[in-house]
Amino acid sequence: MSVQLWTYIFVGITFSLYIGIAIWSKASSTSEFYVAKGTVNPLTNGMATAADWMSAASFLSMAGLISFMGYDGAVYLMGWTGGYVLLALTLAPYLRKFGKFTVPDFIGDRYYSQIARTVAVICALIVSFTYVAGQMRGVGLVFSKFLEVDIFWGVIIGMAIVFMYAVLGGMKGITYTQVAQYCVLIFAFMVPAFFISAQLTGNPIPQLGFGSKLVDGSDMYLLDKLDQLHTELGFAAYTSGTKSMQDIFFITVALMVGTAGLPHVIVRFFTVPKVKDARISVGYALIFIAILYTTAPAIAVFSRTNLITTVNEQPYDQMPEWFTTWEETALLNWVDKNGDGRITYVPGQAIVGSPEINRTNGEIVRGEYGEVTLLNPLTLTENELYVDRDIMVLANPEIAGLPNWVAALVAAGGLAAALSTAAGLLLVISTSVSHDLIKKQFNPDISDKKELLYARIAAGFAVLVAGYFGINPPGFVAEVVAIAFGLAAASFFPAIILGIFYKKMNREGAIAGMIVGLLFTLAYIGFFKLIYPEYNTPEYWWFGISPEGIGTFGMLINLVVSLAVGMVFPDPPEEVQEMVESIRYPRA
Amino acid sequence: MNNHNLKEYWAINIRYVLILISIWFVVSYGFGILLAPTLNNIQIGGFKLGFWFAQQGSIYVFVILIFVYVYLMNKLDIRFGVQETEEKS
Repeated sequence: MSVQLWTYIFVGITFSLYIGIAIWSKASSTSEFYVAKGTVNPLTNGMATAADWMSAASFLSMAGLISFMGYDGAVYLMGWTGGYVLLALTLAPYLRKFGKFTVPDFIGDRYYSQIARTVAVICALIVSFTYVAGQMRGVGLVFSKFLEVDIFWGVIIGMAIVFMYAVLGGMKGITYTQVAQYCVLIFAFMVPAFFISAQLTGNPIPQLGFGSKLVDGSDMYLLDKLDQLHTELGFAAYTSGTKSMQDIFFITVALMVGTAGLPHVIVRFFTVPKVKDARISVGYALIFIAILYTTAPAIAVFSRTNLITTVNEQPYDQMPEWFTTWEETALLNWVDKNGDGRITYVPGQAIVGSPEINRTNGEIVRGEYGEVTLLNPLTLTENELYVDRDIMVLANPEIAGLPNWVAALVAAGGLAAALSTAAGLLLVISTSVSHDLIKKQFNPDISDKKELLYARIAAGFAVLVAGYFGINPPGFVAEVVAIAFGLAAASFFPAIILGIFYKKMNREGAIAGMIVGLLFTLAYIGFFKLIYPEYNTPEYWWFGISPEGIGTFGMLINLVVSLAVGMVFPDPPEEVQEMVESIRYPRA
Repeated sequence: MNNHNLKEYWAINIRYVLILISIWFVVSYGFGILLAPTLNNIQIGGFKLGFWFAQQGSIYVFVILIFVYVYLMNKLDIRFGVQETEEKS
């Protein structure tokens, strides 16, 4: 059977499963819709959190990114897992004891101020919308690559599915669908990894495989071999990387703290019954996440080695079939600069921009050796190969010569990852509107039924907006993902931490800190990413910190401003201090 | 439950958090980033040690730290009688 047929089968089965769960778990009160009534088993919640957290980016792009970054890829691996330690030790149990529905709820009550609540709502909306647009785009991409459906219809189908279970079931529906989606995505991620690890090193466990010796008879360790290949071709050694140490440090902090401050992650710990459950639930979540996150660097090494040994200095006409298939998708292209018919792969861009295939009357124009020709101008480097990073996970099964059903599984896994994250974010958006804005600000006397109706309308509306951005992505979607983490780190995190651990923190300090942290981070990222991208190089950055890492600086500024402004103004009222006291103890 | 006891509970909790966060910092930022070039001189199997901490080891340590905290806090909750009863608190 063809990959496409297998993909239809897998996608059909998994989507029916998601819809089935949606119908079974219809929410009937706001408490069910917002936090699944706070009755989710901690293990279930851990699994749902893992699916919620791991997006299309983690599943499809991360291993590919790492394989091109080498050691530097550690910023994602540590940055997107280390935040869970902060969550478990400093946030989740206390927010669970506080026991409301949202992050703005906590900020608003703790800082006894509607302004603080509004600032928090705005941050939550900006962070969630940035993130969700990328997810719908991921859905569209998988559909168009594997099923040859137009991106437009791919996004529409994705929207319809998310609409079903997020709008009907709310948090309850989302939680149980996410459990199913986690199982699908982790299975899809691990199967090719086991196969390839066994092929290359004889050890099927990828975490051990990439530290083992090759089975090609060379008696070399895989990583030593890869370092050697890199050095020979003029790349930096795979295990040392190229970024400066202080930039690695700052990006890792921003991603960790940003993770701990993301509203769609925090809200998941409102859904378990007890403080004790909230603590252990973070632990389960991190185990489920770590399975993928410790495999990804292994896949990165395997696919990097496979790619280099397959292509470099080999004649084009001896390339395996997958090479030519992926050429036609413009994700992997070769331009014969020196006219020797061999593929030269060395550092530097091969072409200007991303590949545009040369067609006449819809037919691809072929070059001397039958290769797909491009319209792009060539660069002056000797490199002849363009490789899209996403291909490393998508094409991995084919590169390793695995059966068709494995490739189809990857498609279903990518969809599960994108849909589960999109649903979690949509819920945060709808809750922010119906609960934090409508109920808490405009109409406190609203009935539960009406509030639930507004929540559903808001979720439906958010699905449409996300879909729109999925079909017409603003050019800067990829760039703004850095903003989501930077903003969460620079706005929420210090306000919540101070709110729990420093009883005397008052509203004036917290509001000033959030606003200054937010504006500073927005301005720095906006300057380098949107307004003057030509200056986005280390010599213009402050202290060598890239826009990805600036959230760390924003967070420090937030802390300093909060504490300084807080000293000038009076202590918070007695009842607020009592509330802070009470969230510190599971009972009492 | 008197106030004095609760203060002691909180102080012990803070101490646990500080100790575990220090380990978290040393393993990820210390071994994985700041000391990585030095540790890379040591090789265990096919892994250079600094590289291994940055891409594998720190993640395992994160998981362990959370479970250690859960264990310590559950014991502490019972010692000070602030554990939740079976009904929702």
